Amino acid sequence: MAEDRGSGEGSLEERIAAARARQGLDNPPPRSAGGMSGTWGIGLRVGVELVSALAVGLAIGWGLDRWLGTAPWLLILFVMAGGAAGILNVYRLFRAPAGR
Amino acid sequence: MAAEGGGIDALSQFELTTVLGPVGAAVGFTQANAWMVIAGALVTLLLVMGARARAVVPGRLQALAEISYEGVMSMVEQQVGHEGRRYFPFIFTLFFFILFGNMLGLLPYAFTFTSHIAITFALAAIVFVVTTGVALARHGMHFFSYFFPPGAPVALAPLIVPIEVISYLSRLVSLSVRLFANMVAGHVMLKVFATFIVMLGSAGVVGVIGAAFPLAINVALVGFEVLVAFLQAYVFAVLACIYLHDAVHLH
Repeated sequence: MAEDRGSGEGSLEERIAAARARQGLDNPPPRSAGGMSGTWGIGLRVGVELVSALAVGLAIGWGLDRWLGTAPWLLILFVMAGGAAGILNVYRLFRAPAGR
Repeated sequence: MAAEGGGIDALSQFELTTVLGPVGAAVGFTQANAWMVIAGALVTLLLVMGARARAVVPGRLQALAEISYEGVMSMVEQQVGHEGRRYFPFIFTLFFFILFGNMLGLLPYAFTFTSHIAITFALAAIVFVVTTGVALARHGMHFFSYFFPPGAPVALAPLIVPIEVISYLSRLVSLSVRLFANMVAGHVMLKVFATFIVMLGSAGVVGVIGAAFPLAINVALVGFEVLVAFLQAYVFAVLACIYLHDAVHLH
């Protein structure tokens, strides 16, 4: 039974490991852009990252303005910071797979 | 039901109503709560029943339980590293709660609790608090260096620190909105095409033939929704793992 496999060398574990690797059972393909695959997933993810950072910046600016009574200056400042944070998120999204 | 009024009523499926009669109404126990209880019970049942046999050669249920255990374990090890094993129960619970919530929502008459921003935001907030807590526990005050990359000129700190803080807080929003938006969009699309079937079907013989097209689309959409239900649960868990990796290793 074992002889007709052809590859006699290597222990059973090694052969099992090789077979598992061939079938792609061991390691799923390296993740791209946070586990989502396909252009659709990446596009959606980029959009969500940009908008959510902007929303957080907007919320912080609006809240601080209400608290400190400095409207609209902190809102303007934090919306710009939120936009920059969104760009940073997207940058991290595409840098991560190569960097780790 | 929606077509009788003449319009498309795609959003009423997300309305909350209380269940369990007067008792449920008194404590505000909605069908979202009920489906959360069902999801939790089913996950528990799957694992308890799966682990009961303890066979060397697993049966179907035990194989399913083992595959789900090993799948999440390998994901945690891959994304967080070896230290991540400590957080395996957290990720496992999160993944299976969301997965069962998404999948149960596809059954007829079921309610998708993951289509409510309140619930996805609460889940994201749990992840956020846990990862921040892990980072503070492991690194103490050193954690705050996360908001200022080493080597950057100190003069730029007023610019970099707010941006990094916003970027960190935006995890909360992006994590919750992604799951919420995916589930809502899928269910709205299903409902819209289902309404087309009823509308066209009531328009005579030609309409019945025409109704085959939205029916075909809906069949494809249900398959697509199963994929989305799994993928979104997976993405949520993977992102929680990535945030845990950041918390454990900083930078």
